[in-house]
Amino acid sequence: MNATTIPGRRSLWRMFRWPLALALVTAVGLVSALVGDGAYDAVSWVGLGLPCITILVALWRTRGGAGQGRER
Amino acid sequence: MNFRTWYVVHKWTSLVSTAFLLMLCLTGLPLIFHEEIDHWLNPHPEFEAVAPGTPAASVDDAVARALAARPGEFVRFVTFDDEDPLGYVITAPTLVPPPDDGHVQPFDVRTGKFFDPLPPPGGFMDIMLDLHTDLFMGLPGYLFLGFMGLLLVVATVTGVVLYTPFMRKHDFGTVRATRNPRVKWLDIHNLAGIATVAWVLVVGVTGVINTLALPILGFWQGGQLAEMTAPYRNLPPLEKPGSVDAALRTARRAAPDMAVQFVAFPGTQFSSQHHYAVFMRGNTPLTSRLIKPALVDAKTGELTDMRDLPLYVRTLLVSQPLHFGDYGGMPLKIVWAVLDLLTIVILGSGLYLWLRRPTPPRPSETGSGRRVPLKEGAQ
Repeated sequence: MNATTIPGRRSLWRMFRWPLALALVTAVGLVSALVGDGAYDAVSWVGLGLPCITILVALWRTRGGAGQGRER
Repeated sequence: MNFRTWYVVHKWTSLVSTAFLLMLCLTGLPLIFHEEIDHWLNPHPEFEAVAPGTPAASVDDAVARALAARPGEFVRFVTFDDEDPLGYVITAPTLVPPPDDGHVQPFDVRTGKFFDPLPPPGGFMDIMLDLHTDLFMGLPGYLFLGFMGLLLVVATVTGVVLYTPFMRKHDFGTVRATRNPRVKWLDIHNLAGIATVAWVLVVGVTGVINTLALPILGFWQGGQLAEMTAPYRNLPPLEKPGSVDAALRTARRAAPDMAVQFVAFPGTQFSSQHHYAVFMRGNTPLTSRLIKPALVDAKTGELTDMRDLPLYVRTLLVSQPLHFGDYGGMPLKIVWAVLDLLTIVILGSGLYLWLRRPTPPRPSETGSGRRVPLKEGAQ
């Protein structure tokens, strides 16, 4: 799986750094609201909200691009 | 393993479970908001003002009046609302009836005033819950849906592995704008799948743990509960249990910083023949789930034992909020619902990708057909 040296192919790190970051904020969000209320709840809203926002932004960017516009 | 093997596992675990997972996502959606919907369908009564310092009403008296109104029934539980000054006396024709066979009488814990009984089970939310937990089939239904949950976990993990061959040439978040809808839905499937993978795994695994609730309860009854009540095992059954109020006072004295969630009466699954089991909850989101039973001798009102529940029960108790998403206020529930909807998109797009798959290679081509399913969307 070591493809770092092949031009035009992405390394595992490059492919998974964003998914990994989203998984980490998700985990923090899931635990946060269990630990406390108030600010802890707010952290969970952000942590779990970020993956959703990321998906919506990616879809929205496509829509602004070549404009097939049927995706959502 | 090569990607072809991962693909076959991903395909079959998904195909077998998709219909049930879609059903779970759809029934789970209203269940996220069950508290709000329940309040809306059965609003809490108006509470009269009570002078500060008024002593709490007698629970014994509420129990006696509830029984008088339901001749021949037994009290199984008295439970307490965690926000409003509201208690519920739950009676049934037998002490260990089928779970739906109960009558719920609400009362004001300050004045003892009775409110209208809750409607019998069978409403919309009960149907959603039954479909979601056991398909109306009891233990086999639980375990079957638990197995579907395991398939979801396997499909998710294999999906992460399969993400790599697709993304070698694309940046994260790429959704190709093309006239080929299959390519677009493949990108959406990959994006939504990888972005929500942690949440899906947690909800999947905690869902599977929840399907083991009945065996876990049975294990606890035969284990810790039996151990805690062992000295009473050979005593003749109680003719009439003593004061619930005394048991509540004893439990509150034993755990002054906790609140009573419910009292299981002698002879129910959550107690022995001789005890009131007073289940206490803490006051943080976590400790309010990690309830702790105080076992009180139902005749004398004395504390006989109070222990933390064993690890396997606490695992179940912590799995519940992590599955339901009901532990961080309304915004968390809304995000939970959005993630549920995204899961429906993942399931639906996965099914679509399979239905619109390119025609498989002929048997004569199998040698070169190996990479086809992985390359199919990449053009």
